[in-house]
Amino acid sequence: MLPTHIDPSELPRALQRLLAAGQPDEAAAAALPRRSFLKLAGVGGLAIGAFPHLAMAQADGAAKPAGALKPTQQPLAFVQIAANGEVTVTHNRLEFGQGVQTGLPMILAEELDADWSLVRSKSGTNDAAYHDPVFGMHLTGGSNSIKNSFTQYRELGARARAMLLSAAAAKWKVDVATLRTQAGTVLGPGGRKLGYGELAEAAMALPVPEKVVLKDPKDFKIIGRPTTRLDARAKSSGRQDFGIDVKHPGQLTAVVAHPPVFGARLKSVDDAAARAVKGVKAVLRVPLDRGAEGVAVVADGYWPAKLGRDALKLQWDTAAVEKVDSDKQLAQYRELASKPGPRKFDADMAPLAKAPHQLEAEFVFPYLAHAPMEPLNCTVKLSGDRAELWVGTQSAGLDAAAAARVLGLKPEQVSVHVQMAGGGFGRRFVGSSDYVVEACEIAKAARTAGLSAPVRLLYSREDDIKGGYYRPMHLHRARIGFDERGKVLAWDHVIVGQSILTGTVFESFQVKDGIDATAAEGMREPYPIPMRLTVHHPKVNVPVLWWRSVGSTHTAFVMETLLDEIARSTKQDPVAYRMQLFGDKHPRHRAALQLAVDKSGYGKTQLPAGRAWGVAVHESFESVVAYVVEASVKDGQPVLHRATAGVHCNLAVNPRSVEAQVQGAAVMGLSMCLPGGAITLKDGVVQQSNFGDFSVARITDMPEFAVHVVPSADPPKGIGEPGLPPLAPAFANAVAQLTGKPLRQLPFNLQA
Amino acid sequence: MSALNVNGRNHTVDADPGTPILWALRDTLGMTGTKFGCGAALCGACTVHLDGQAIRSCITPISAAEGKKIVTIEAATDGSDPVGAAVHAAWVKHDVAQCGYCQSGQIMSATAFLKSQPKGKQPTAAEIDGAMAGNICRCGTYARIRAAVADAARALA
Repeated sequence: MLPTHIDPSELPRALQRLLAAGQPDEAAAAALPRRSFLKLAGVGGLAIGAFPHLAMAQADGAAKPAGALKPTQQPLAFVQIAANGEVTVTHNRLEFGQGVQTGLPMILAEELDADWSLVRSKSGTNDAAYHDPVFGMHLTGGSNSIKNSFTQYRELGARARAMLLSAAAAKWKVDVATLRTQAGTVLGPGGRKLGYGELAEAAMALPVPEKVVLKDPKDFKIIGRPTTRLDARAKSSGRQDFGIDVKHPGQLTAVVAHPPVFGARLKSVDDAAARAVKGVKAVLRVPLDRGAEGVAVVADGYWPAKLGRDALKLQWDTAAVEKVDSDKQLAQYRELASKPGPRKFDADMAPLAKAPHQLEAEFVFPYLAHAPMEPLNCTVKLSGDRAELWVGTQSAGLDAAAAARVLGLKPEQVSVHVQMAGGGFGRRFVGSSDYVVEACEIAKAARTAGLSAPVRLLYSREDDIKGGYYRPMHLHRARIGFDERGKVLAWDHVIVGQSILTGTVFESFQVKDGIDATAAEGMREPYPIPMRLTVHHPKVNVPVLWWRSVGSTHTAFVMETLLDEIARSTKQDPVAYRMQLFGDKHPRHRAALQLAVDKSGYGKTQLPAGRAWGVAVHESFESVVAYVVEASVKDGQPVLHRATAGVHCNLAVNPRSVEAQVQGAAVMGLSMCLPGGAITLKDGVVQQSNFGDFSVARITDMPEFAVHVVPSADPPKGIGEPGLPPLAPAFANAVAQLTGKPLRQLPFNLQA
Repeated sequence: MSALNVNGRNHTVDADPGTPILWALRDTLGMTGTKFGCGAALCGACTVHLDGQAIRSCITPISAAEGKKIVTIEAATDGSDPVGAAVHAAWVKHDVAQCGYCQSGQIMSATAFLKSQPKGKQPTAAEIDGAMAGNICRCGTYARIRAAVADAARALA
């Protein structure tokens, strides 16, 4: 999700203007406490004054924000302490499985010295307070959440703690230096003791300190402790609400007939039968993403809406749009690969022709759907000059701006209530805000048709699988010359695939000299290889998007299988070969790989007949993950039996969460290898439609799995994505050991 | 009008008899613990119990539930059912959920499976995988699901 290499300092002014529209930081800073409290109160549907959290009750302005602090640095928008001592931490991200809903409160609670058993968590909104503090926009992606908000949440907690200490000092009339805190209480001289809940009202009325001293990491009590998710109970009992569960009185559900080919328009609509379905309220012709048109059936529930859609008789005009065919597309990509193109890296290729060993390889990667378990949805309520959206989005600000454009509103007239989401993997951060715009178009058309109730757009699984915004299809070609010791003398590499960022707000600074940074991320580094890398970005009528770990979904596979092949053909151990290439310049790579090797028994344990080891290591999102796996081939199908991960993500804020993220990312990486892990097109139409033909890993595919984390006290790096890239190449390397034939196509095809 | 017995309570649902149980639960009765994942019995997110059997409510019409008892995640994990309670406790202990969206269905499949086991029998790893193979988790929580089902079985033995 999001490219690895975005430098926030490069965010173009245009993007910043777009995002800042309606949310000017300075104005927001001055007005924040009151504005935020009003918004927060609105979210919970609770009246100011009736709200149990004292900070909220103080919304009339007793609290004095420090002028120099940005909204993202003001504790009042993030911490509410109730009279009973309950601490509610607002997180500034979309929670969609990655665990920030627990991890960010852990970080804040650490510096607050909170009693963890009293800590609760809630989601923020599109208020400027909940911007990513580095990017200055609402953003969940790029495995940035903990990384970018680590210091922010520590400082928020420390500021709130300082205010509680000051309140206690004033109450007891003692020097604040004589006080200390412990698990949600302030302790003072002579056995004085007050709970945070007893001090909160006075504390929150105090000025917010700008400068605070943070703990020495060796004193951490909550950070670094394996911690059960705050939502574990709700998510184990059906009591956790997601975006799809939002329910307003009279709310209607819309199901949309999307065109069979991306961008196609309607030729004719016969909706008589659809309108006759009991429960159908309206049938609306709506403009869709990419200049397409569709028909929305609005009904009092999903089922009548779906029956209505089934009853539509539609004719589509596909004459003006390109109708992609995957087979022909591959042939075109092959042709393109042999043409000159822009270079990402350059190196002297003269040694290639005379190298003692030469290797030529072609890799093919298909389109992939994200397929989060919760089908995409967005609920829109229009009232007067305001719009409210309930949506599980990774980009609340961009979506609010897009909604405002569709609805003819200013961004500040749009509120986005960020909902718990059932997965996402990148699909909920779309430059065009495709499904959010769709929901707004429907709400607008429904209002015109006289329907005033809130409308929820709900995708069927078929809408999701066929709906585009896929991980792009890629072709890689490599010509490598190396010597007897496996030293690469020259490596000529070509990548062909659609640009993800072209046409998005990131284009102007992430597509340089015709090359999208996400297409090449993960190539060459950290290996000392003289590589020439040419990148072609064909334009194809298939919408593409970042997909968990983005470019590394394919570059890691290419790099790690080719290096393994060089090691094999020069009869070197794949671990020793990589260690030698890392040298002493890449200690985190070395540590991650060594840990996986040590814990797996690689090189020590004799595997049963028919099983082989496979190794791969890859850095993405500033974390390194190494896998040592055991695989076999059964009935012509590769089987993954066991995987041992060595992880270097610096400090693991919640080791339980790190384990979960690495396991989960690995399973998504495994899905890329298995039959059915591909989206293909014929005559412009996506051939897959549901989990029957776009299949993902099931429990029966799950290997025995162990995650080991290299101890570190350095500031945390990303962990939502880095577990994905090295899984498939480690698996492929094990299979190649068994078959003697490298796998160069995903999903795996031993017959190819 | 169809009569539905859900979690021990009788409801009259004004919906086409062909309406899947899932949508009667979610849209008519407002019980949203049961999730929509695929609409085609491929992912298991919508799993409920019909007379004790785990079924996919997204393809089972309400007409098929007449005279039968539906149990959903809300009742299975409210503490009244010892097997559901053990599964819920194991899910929390192992911190299974990530996004959590599929977990209602996972828990309903696990609960039906453990109820089908002879008293005191610890299921094998292959049996657990077999019982849970119809439930997709895109977050990939399978390792913890395995551990939680085995743990719940031990707790019930």
